[in-house]
Amino acid sequence: MAVDSVRTRTDPRVRARGVPRPWRFIAGAFLAGSLLVGLGVGPVGIGAGGIVESALSHVPFLHVHSPLSSVQEAILWQIRAPRVVLGALVGGMLAIAGSAYQGVFRNPLADPYLLGVAAGAGLGATLAIAFGHVHGSQELVPVAAFAGATLAVVCAYALGRSAGAARTTGALVLAGVTVAAFMTALQTFVQQQRTDTLRDVYTWLLGGFATAGWGDVAVATPYIVVSSLVLILHRRVLDVLSLGDDEAASLGVDVRRVRLLLVAAATAGTAAAVSVSGLIGFVGIIVPHTIRLLVSTSYRAVVPLSLVVGAGFLVLTDVLARTALSPSELPIGVVTAFFGAPFFAVVLRTSRSMR
Amino acid sequence: MIELRSLSVLFDGAHAVRNVSLTVENGEWVVLIGPNGAGKTSVLRALCGLLPFEGEVLLDGRNARELRRRELARIAAFVPQTPETPPELTVGEYVLLGRTPYIGYLASEGHADRVAASRALDRLELGSFAERRLGSLSGGELQRAVLARALAQEAPILLLDEPTTALDLGRQQRVLELVAELRADGLTVVTTMHDLTLAGQYADRLVLLDRGSVVAEGAPEDVLSVANLASYYGASVRVVEDEDGIFVLPLRR
Repeated sequence: MAVDSVRTRTDPRVRARGVPRPWRFIAGAFLAGSLLVGLGVGPVGIGAGGIVESALSHVPFLHVHSPLSSVQEAILWQIRAPRVVLGALVGGMLAIAGSAYQGVFRNPLADPYLLGVAAGAGLGATLAIAFGHVHGSQELVPVAAFAGATLAVVCAYALGRSAGAARTTGALVLAGVTVAAFMTALQTFVQQQRTDTLRDVYTWLLGGFATAGWGDVAVATPYIVVSSLVLILHRRVLDVLSLGDDEAASLGVDVRRVRLLLVAAATAGTAAAVSVSGLIGFVGIIVPHTIRLLVSTSYRAVVPLSLVVGAGFLVLTDVLARTALSPSELPIGVVTAFFGAPFFAVVLRTSRSMR
Repeated sequence: MIELRSLSVLFDGAHAVRNVSLTVENGEWVVLIGPNGAGKTSVLRALCGLLPFEGEVLLDGRNARELRRRELARIAAFVPQTPETPPELTVGEYVLLGRTPYIGYLASEGHADRVAASRALDRLELGSFAERRLGSLSGGELQRAVLARALAQEAPILLLDEPTTALDLGRQQRVLELVAELRADGLTVVTTMHDLTLAGQYADRLVLLDRGSVVAEGAPEDVLSVANLASYYGASVRVVEDEDGIFVLPLRR
C-alpha cells in the first residue's frame, strides 16, 4: 500500500475514460470513408481523388482546379452531396438520441421513438399528405411531422408526470406507449379514409433520402446541431444517472430537470431528423450498443461516438438502399434492419468471447 | 453536527416519520434501529434531501431546506441499502462519480478530483483495484468500492442505509471496522442497522424508532433492554453484557 500511496501523490491512477484515442481515429476514418463512398458511388462513378479535389476547388484562395466535368460537378454537389449530408445528420442524430434515451431511462431497449416521436410524426405527415394536396403544398410534410412528433412527446411527458413519473421512469414509458397507440390509431384511420394518398403516406413512413436537397439540410441542421451539442455536454451527467435516481440526486444532480432537458433535446433533434427523412428504425439502438460492446459502456464514449458512427452508418446504408436494386430504390428502413441485424448479431457474439 | 427538529415525513398520506428530534455531534456514530417499517430509512433519506419533510434539518448549522442540491451533497454523502453498481464501470470511474458535487454541471474531472478519488481508494485499500470492473468484484470488495465513492464526496457527514446487508459475518465486521476508522478523520456517521449486536458494538449511541417515532435513545446498554426489544420488535431475547460490550441473543419461545 505504501508504494501505491506514493504513486498517488504524483500521478493519480484514477482517470475517467473518454473516447479512447484509437477509437477516435477509427470512428473519424469510418465517417470520412462513408462520406467518400456515399459521394462517389452511383450510376456515374466519381473517384475519391476527384471528390477531394473538387471540394478543395470550392475553397477560396486555394486555386485548386476541379478535375470533374460540369455534369459530374452537378451530380456531385446538387444531387449526391445533400443526400449524403442529410443521411449523416439524420443517422448521427438518431444514434446519439438513442444513446441519450437509453441513459435517461436506464433501459437498453429505449430508442428515440420511445415516447411517441414516430407515431406523432407519422400522424402529422399523414395529415399533411392526405389534406395538403388540396393546397398543392408538399412543403407542409416536414413541418407537420415535426409538430406531430413534438406534440406526442409533450403529451406523453405531461401524462407520465401526472401519473407520478417524477419518481419513476416506468410511468413515463407507459405514457409514451399510450400516446403512440392513440396517434397510430388516428394515423391509420386518416390513411384508410384517403386511399388515394396511401402510396405517398406509405413511402414517407418507410423513410428515405430520395428527394433530399440542400433545403432539407438547412431545415434540419440547426435542431440537430443544438440537440447533439446538449447531449454531448451531458455525457458525464448521463454516467451519474446510471447510478439511479436516488444516488444521482444525493450527488447533487437535479434528476427531474436533467431528465426533462435531455428528453427535450433528444426529441427536438429526432423530430427534425424524422421530419426530413421519414421513419428510420434500428439506428438508435444498434449504433450505441455496438459502441458499448466494442469500446466502452461509459456515456463519455457512447454519446460522442454514436454521433460519428451513426452518421457513417446511415450514409453507407443509404448507398446500399439506392444501389442494391438500382435504378429503383429500397426503403432505407429495410436496409438498416436487413444488414444491421446480422451485423449486430455478430458483434454480440464476438464481444462475448472477447470479455 | 446534525440537528433534526420535529422532523416528519409523509408517505402516501401516512406518517413514515413523526416528530423526530435528534442531535448528532461531530464525530459521533449514531445507529438508527427499529423494526421493519419503523422509518429508519426515511429519516436518512430526508436528511440528504431525497424526501420532502416537515420540520427542520440543520447540517453543520445550515438549514438543509436552504441548501442547493450540490451544497447538500458536499455536506452529506448517502449510500442506499442496495446501491446501483453498473457492472461495466471500473472501480476508478465509479469512485470518480463521487466527485460530482465539485464538478461544474457540464465540466469533467480535474486533477484535484482524480487525487481525491485515488485517496478514497487507498483509504479503503482498493488502490490496486482502480482498473477492475465493478462486475468482477466480490460482495465485500463491492461494498468497499461503494464506501470509497461516498468518501470521495469528501462530505463531513456519512449516511449509510444498512451497510452490512448481504455480507457474511466477517465482512460485516470488516466494513464496520472501516467505518469506525474513517471516523478518525472526523466523519460524523449515521447508519441504519438490522443486526442489534453489531449496532450495539459499534454505535456511540442508539436511536430506537417505532412507527415513525423515537421510542428510546441513548447508550447501547440503555436502549437494548429485554423490555424494549419485546415491546417494539415483538422479540424474545436474552441480553448479555460483559467487558466486550453488549450482545443480543434471540431465544426460542
